[in-house]
Amino acid sequence: MAYPQDAAVQPPALRIDALGKKCPLPIIMLAQRIGEVPIGNVIEVLADDPATKTDVPAWCGLKSHEFVGAGELAPAPGWAFRIRRSY
Amino acid sequence: MQTTDISAAQQAMADESVKRLAMICWSNDLDKVWPTLILATTGAASGLEVDVFFTFWGLRVLQKNNKRFTGKNWMQKGESFVDRGGTDHLKLGKIHFAGMGTWMIRKLAKQYKVASPTELLEMALECGVRLHPCQMTMDLYGLSPEDFIDGLQPTLGAASFIDMAAKADITLFI
Repeated sequence: MAYPQDAAVQPPALRIDALGKKCPLPIIMLAQRIGEVPIGNVIEVLADDPATKTDVPAWCGLKSHEFVGAGELAPAPGWAFRIRRSY
Repeated sequence: MQTTDISAAQQAMADESVKRLAMICWSNDLDKVWPTLILATTGAASGLEVDVFFTFWGLRVLQKNNKRFTGKNWMQKGESFVDRGGTDHLKLGKIHFAGMGTWMIRKLAKQYKVASPTELLEMALECGVRLHPCQMTMDLYGLSPEDFIDGLQPTLGAASFIDMAAKADITLFI
């Protein structure tokens, strides 16, 4: 995992398993569930659709939430994306 | 009161900052409806206000899946027989191959966990996408409100969609 230091310190308040799901499901799942974590907390999305590598940061930009970073999952191909709820 | 004025101004600014997406779904070909629903749901999930205007063949997308025949006269009923409505019954516009092509792509989508048009339409309603049926097409096909799924907006005409599109940041005709 290669998260920024502060994200590594703060564990995610919620983890969404979108492994195996294709566009746009990981984004829809993230949008539906980010409200479940308190403001300022981190939500993590596990996904293996390569489109999520650009879609999750793009979504964060559109929704003005903070994209904290992404880490590669091992051994399975996939990524863990961390997003901090801003409001 | 000043506080009220500030609040109203802030609200107006917030409303202006919301991006809008206006889409037309004119066809009930699976290959056109699928991306329309993917973009509509993603737009709504990304904070955009999304309106989709369903017109001509596209209106069939909003039909209940279990509604086999629609229409008031023999021509309308005949049209509904050969062009069944509902998201479960959409066919590919090309490579349909008497049903084989459509069957294959739907099977592949299920295998690779791509959301089906039916699932996407449900998600669209959950995400707040506004689905507008075309009044003229309803009359043309002899469709009535009970032929459609729940949760739709009131019917619209072309000028209403043009007004919607003029106010939108993005307009897509798929």
